[in-house]
Amino acid sequence: MSTRIVELRQGILKKNDELARGLRSQFEVAGVLVLNLVSSPGTGKTEFLQRTLRELRNSGARAAALVGDLETDNDARRLAASGAPVRQINTHGICHLEAEMVSKHLEGWNLAGLDYLFIENVGNLVCPSSYDLGEKIRVALLSVTEGEDKPLKYPTLYNSADVAVITKMDIAEAVGFERTAALKNINEIRPGIRIFETSAKMGTGMAEWLAYLAQARPSR
Amino acid sequence: MHELSIVSSIVDSVTETLASYPGARVKEVRLRVGALASVIEDSLQFCYGIATEGTPLECSVLVVKILPVRMHCDKCAQNVEIASLQSFRCPHCDEPVMDMRQGRELEIDSIEIDEAEKSV
Repeated sequence: MSTRIVELRQGILKKNDELARGLRSQFEVAGVLVLNLVSSPGTGKTEFLQRTLRELRNSGARAAALVGDLETDNDARRLAASGAPVRQINTHGICHLEAEMVSKHLEGWNLAGLDYLFIENVGNLVCPSSYDLGEKIRVALLSVTEGEDKPLKYPTLYNSADVAVITKMDIAEAVGFERTAALKNINEIRPGIRIFETSAKMGTGMAEWLAYLAQARPSR
Repeated sequence: MHELSIVSSIVDSVTETLASYPGARVKEVRLRVGALASVIEDSLQFCYGIATEGTPLECSVLVVKILPVRMHCDKCAQNVEIASLQSFRCPHCDEPVMDMRQGRELEIDSIEIDEAEKSV
């Protein structure tokens, strides 16, 4: 017996990262802007996305969504009400989406015929942050009911986000939401990040959000 | 709790590597994990015992080296370690820091194996 050290120097999620890189270039070639929406369960990702899809459709843009959940296709059915093409990914116990699941569920979709593709991740503030899905923009959502210190508790996720969206602003006052503290905490974790304060129910902040989406889209 | 998926990936990668060392037994697997990689060492260790059962990695030791978050401070023109994960500011000048240079790693650094004697 002889002992030997073998250097691997290898990413543990190498397979996911390689697949995500492939997806990213596929999205770029197709000219579709891909966003990955992450938050805890109950933040209102589906409601926010439903409104976004509806407004995009009204403005003539072509948008589609993939929605991840452990079980049920309830969210996909809610989102499909917007008229946009929607597919459900059931992870059956896995707490996050992986690039392979995204790739598999895109089969048969003509990406070049889309302006936007939204991927609604499984509601979870820890695991999704490790898995690249090939998205251009990672959106971290936080609702006014969750507590202003959530970004401090989950720095991994908020630090990996490109933009932040605060949801349910219509009930901010009723739940005693401390807006200044929330904005400060997000900025402590991700300095300079663009923050949208929205209410999908009332439409608050949606115009700014849609304007952002329009300018972030690759020009054809 | 995605540590089990992570550990399964480790088992796959190491098993693949072992193909070049027939009959070898794994003694140690060494990881480099960034402080912002969102994995918990205790969970990794717990899952490691389960996931390695019946594989060439069974009974090997998992060594996890945690790497601190290192950011580049434009004002100080150097890489700095942030004092806490709750504040992305330079510990010297207190300016916000955005450019991460270390902290999200999730890598197998190396493995230690006992090689089987070559038959003559």
